[in-house]
Amino acid sequence: MEFNQALYNSRRRKNAAIMGFSMVASLIGLSILLWILYVLFSNGFYAIDWALFSEDTPAPGTPGGGLRNAIVGSALMVGSAVLISTPIGILAGIYLAEFGDASKVASVTRFVNEVMLSAPSVVLGLFVFAVVVMNMGHFSGYAGMVALSLIAIPVVIKTTENMMRMIPGSLREAAFALGAPHWKVALTVVLRGARAGVITGVMLALARISGETAPLLFTALNNQFFTLDMNGPMANLPVWIYHMAMSPFDNWNELAWGGALLITLTVLAINITARILFRERVKV
Amino acid sequence: MSESAVTTKNAIEVRNLQFYYGSFHALKSVNLDIVEGKVTAFIGPSGCGKSTLLRTLNRMYSLYPGQRAEGTIGFYGQNILDPKQDLNLLRARIGMLFQKPTPFPMSIYDNIAFGVKLYEKLSRAEMDERVQWALSKAALWTEVKDKLKQSGLSLSGGQQQRLCIARSVAVKPSVLLLDEPTASLDPISTGKIEELVHELKKDYTIAIVTHNMQQAARCSDFTAYMYLGELMEYGATEQIFFKPKRTETEDYITGRFG
Repeated sequence: MEFNQALYNSRRRKNAAIMGFSMVASLIGLSILLWILYVLFSNGFYAIDWALFSEDTPAPGTPGGGLRNAIVGSALMVGSAVLISTPIGILAGIYLAEFGDASKVASVTRFVNEVMLSAPSVVLGLFVFAVVVMNMGHFSGYAGMVALSLIAIPVVIKTTENMMRMIPGSLREAAFALGAPHWKVALTVVLRGARAGVITGVMLALARISGETAPLLFTALNNQFFTLDMNGPMANLPVWIYHMAMSPFDNWNELAWGGALLITLTVLAINITARILFRERVKV
Repeated sequence: MSESAVTTKNAIEVRNLQFYYGSFHALKSVNLDIVEGKVTAFIGPSGCGKSTLLRTLNRMYSLYPGQRAEGTIGFYGQNILDPKQDLNLLRARIGMLFQKPTPFPMSIYDNIAFGVKLYEKLSRAEMDERVQWALSKAALWTEVKDKLKQSGLSLSGGQQQRLCIARSVAVKPSVLLLDEPTASLDPISTGKIEELVHELKKDYTIAIVTHNMQQAARCSDFTAYMYLGELMEYGATEQIFFKPKRTETEDYITGRFG
């Protein structure tokens, strides 16, 4: 073999250069994330105490206070949105995965879903305002729940479909070969195999809607008081953070940082849990 | 081996079968019998249509739009190409095993029970018995009897394939279609599966597609040689391998090509 030393050396240099650039790029990305976390922690850490969870949002100018009503309001709206969007999203995802290649309805649905995924959340919020709030005559936690569902459903549909499509066709055929009807193949064999990925998708949707502000602005509005009644304006974390961060009051600013850190920690916890619970347990 | 010496009954009779992948004419006028209680092997070079032929026998191709068959395939007299044929019921009576082992993502027990539960209502005790029976038939019982709750995916490749055999056998079909069942297995597992085929032949009609001519010669009673979508020759395995009637067959058997 004719060995060209110069060519080999130039290749090694190029390899090192590209590896170097890739590493620098990843470090830049990672450091920005770490920077964000650092700023959040340093500003919000001292706001996280028992009062944050036990006291409601203080009136402007009054000291102390917490975020209890906002936390509970967000939890209610996010929780109920997840309860709605999970079954709808999973069933639609199953339909697209199993019948997606043959059906015209399926290709249209998939396309519309892609559009919805990239739709600005403020637009979805305005839509829900026009359709739900105007008809109800008032702002409500229910409207907020609807808006959040509209954001979560496309995420669940997409991940469910992708996860189910990853199940090899041979597994489907094996189930059909035993005489199983299509719905049984889809639910008992394919979905079961894709279960981990599908649940991860739901958790990601949950993490996503936890921080959405724009859709809540015109639907749930906001509320200074604690309420469990979703049939009226409802306190929620993102809008309160916005409200408090822009204000001149020190305790409000501190609470805003605390709220932001709280949301971030929740989202991080959800993502980490999803990864741990559903890591690949492949036995070779 | 003359046919008049033994009373043979055909489980499946393929008459004038044409098969199309879209506009591609993949199987051309195939006529063939699958004799009851015997093993019939389909051999031929890659792309000759042997897997295609096997997959018409349980209408597996019907899952995919654009694939269609014409002609008749009589399964104990019933034409399964009839559009009114209940496909699920058909597949419960004609089982199929694939090249790559496909255990379901469930426990070993549930893997076997899955097929049985589709069409039979068994008590817990009866199901336990059926699972044990099926696993014994697949020569897997002693190896897994203490870990029935473990996932089917935790078994080795050869064991997984035997699990799939147990699963197919558990529903008590009349015919078993094996599509290159040992192609992805090591020689020891292959040997075990071939032994199994020999045992299973007592109770089931078997059709096996294989790339491995020695396997066909070892395991089968009848052999069909396919080439480019046509059935070149069909007959008793001994006759095909020692006294092939057509030169094309002889060329393939002796390794002159393919």
